[in-house]
Amino acid sequence: MNVLICIAKVPDTTTKITFTENNTQFNTERVQWVINPLDEFALTRAIEIKEALGGTITVMNVGLADTEPLIRKAFAIGADEGIRINAEPTDCYFVATQIAHYAKEGNYDYIFAGRETTDYEGAQVGGIVAEIMGIPFIAGVPKFDYDGTTATMEREIEGGKEVISVNPPFLASIQEGVTEPRIPSMRGIMSARTKPLTVVEPVDAGSFVKIKSYELPPSKGECKYVEADNAEELINLLHTEAKVI
Amino acid sequence: MSADLFTAPDYFQVDDLLSDEHKLVRDSCRAWVKKEVTPIIEEYAQKAEFPAHLVKGLADLGAFGPTIPQKYGGGGMDYISYGLMMQELERGDSGVRSTASVQGSLVMFPIHEFGTEEQKMKFLPKLASGEILGCFGLTEPDHGSDPAGLTSNIVDKGNHYLLNGAKMWITNANLADVSVVWAKDENGDIRGLLVEKGMEGFTAPEMHGKWSLRASATGELVFDNVKIPKENLFPDIKGLKGPLSCLNSARYGIAWGAVGAAMDCYDSSLRYAKERIQFGKPIASFQLIQKKLAEMITEITKAQLLAWRLGTLKNEGKATPQQVSMAKRNNVEIAVDIARQARQIHGAMGITDEYSIMRHMANLESVMTYEGTHDVHLLITGMDITGINAFS
Repeated sequence: MNVLICIAKVPDTTTKITFTENNTQFNTERVQWVINPLDEFALTRAIEIKEALGGTITVMNVGLADTEPLIRKAFAIGADEGIRINAEPTDCYFVATQIAHYAKEGNYDYIFAGRETTDYEGAQVGGIVAEIMGIPFIAGVPKFDYDGTTATMEREIEGGKEVISVNPPFLASIQEGVTEPRIPSMRGIMSARTKPLTVVEPVDAGSFVKIKSYELPPSKGECKYVEADNAEELINLLHTEAKVI
Repeated sequence: MSADLFTAPDYFQVDDLLSDEHKLVRDSCRAWVKKEVTPIIEEYAQKAEFPAHLVKGLADLGAFGPTIPQKYGGGGMDYISYGLMMQELERGDSGVRSTASVQGSLVMFPIHEFGTEEQKMKFLPKLASGEILGCFGLTEPDHGSDPAGLTSNIVDKGNHYLLNGAKMWITNANLADVSVVWAKDENGDIRGLLVEKGMEGFTAPEMHGKWSLRASATGELVFDNVKIPKENLFPDIKGLKGPLSCLNSARYGIAWGAVGAAMDCYDSSLRYAKERIQFGKPIASFQLIQKKLAEMITEITKAQLLAWRLGTLKNEGKATPQQVSMAKRNNVEIAVDIARQARQIHGAMGITDEYSIMRHMANLESVMTYEGTHDVHLLITGMDITGINAFS
């Protein structure tokens, strides 16, 4: 069983977000980078299935050399090998084109991507990869099982859930709930040293989206307290300050 | 206890001195402590009970014998990685770090350094996997800072040794399956031997009534004509250099561990000082609070750099025991001071188990004394720079 996990580099969720160049560039100074948490869920679920059924887990990342520590972390968690496509991930189409190109060569039974990255939240890469490869795409999977022949998944839908089964090859984008992430052990970290990491060059692909500027949400104003028996003042504030009534 | 919001201070960008692998080691241990230690440690400390269920987790994480070769079940890691692990474990609790220190530096280290191949194969993999626990018996009721005076003894009876004596203040004594015990032979030479649980005449009662390291088990080892098989003796090592080399390894871990406890106290203090409102503004606005916080981060930064430099020297095989003594002494002292200042910043809340401060403070009083007392380490530095022994 060969499985591919697409992993992306994102800022740690506690990162203080700032911008430079007149709000056109994300300020990466002193940012701590992590594996996209949803990708890590996907990786961990794939490892659990591998532990039951055997196989090889490959992680693939589109990124420059600074993403290699994250690939090594994926190795420490339990991935067997890695492929880094040596390019700046500019937009979803570019990233998906790269992944699809190299994924076609891998003869993978199934491919996992996180439902979205926690930075740009595009939620497009998995779908575009599946489209280019011409394989089924199952989006937003919080429960995944595989018996070696057929995958059974649950998806949350409006007012309930659906249970679906798919035969390989397919691509599923994974979300919270599929499993708990694993903390790398020292043994895993040491074994990560010798696992093969292949660097390949990107193929030609268009890049269609350019970010014009960024904006932070307005900071929370101070909270005003109104005495419980002073409804008149509350109404006045809602009318004159908050301007919601 | 409140949620573990710990964020490590790094005022001098010490992270840049670490490899990516070191940072992964550190972050993994930190994540483990947040998940497994913080949620339960206050309760176990209050109950004065060792959280025995953590042993398997520590073993799975790789905290037992990280520098021991992988052939014997260890991690095969370098000393910076080992130090960072101890820092993170002690950030959680000194008692949890002590368990890892004892298992790795005081039990696995001497078996690996001084043991026969049979002893290594018999004990090291099981100690690394947490299947068995070990303890280290050097200190005696009447011989703490003066280990050369120890009176536990072995007599050669032909096909075995007969061991008599008693050890005190032994971490994990009552839980240990194997004890590394130091005793004098008939020539007065200190020898190391492996005493196994269940040997006739060997008992290990737990000690009670500690106000410190309450989540760690401490006990005695009592030997009453215990027959020790000859194959349980370390064959070649004689004299104090055997036990002292073990302590040197453990003290190295303490030099890092104390930084972890200090970081936790500082981080909690900084957060509390910015949130606690008095006189209409956060107490972090007041100069006397800022003085405390600024001094804390200064001392932590110095201690981080001392530990890091010691680790690089140790990796190169150049760290002297005297340098280890200085780092252990300094880093524990600053950690104790920071815990006391942190307690003041937290006001009355600082004495409760809502915060880790008072537990760290009490723990560090033990850390200040065990593995060479604060004063003895000062005299080691004194002797090193003057060439004059002031111990006697």
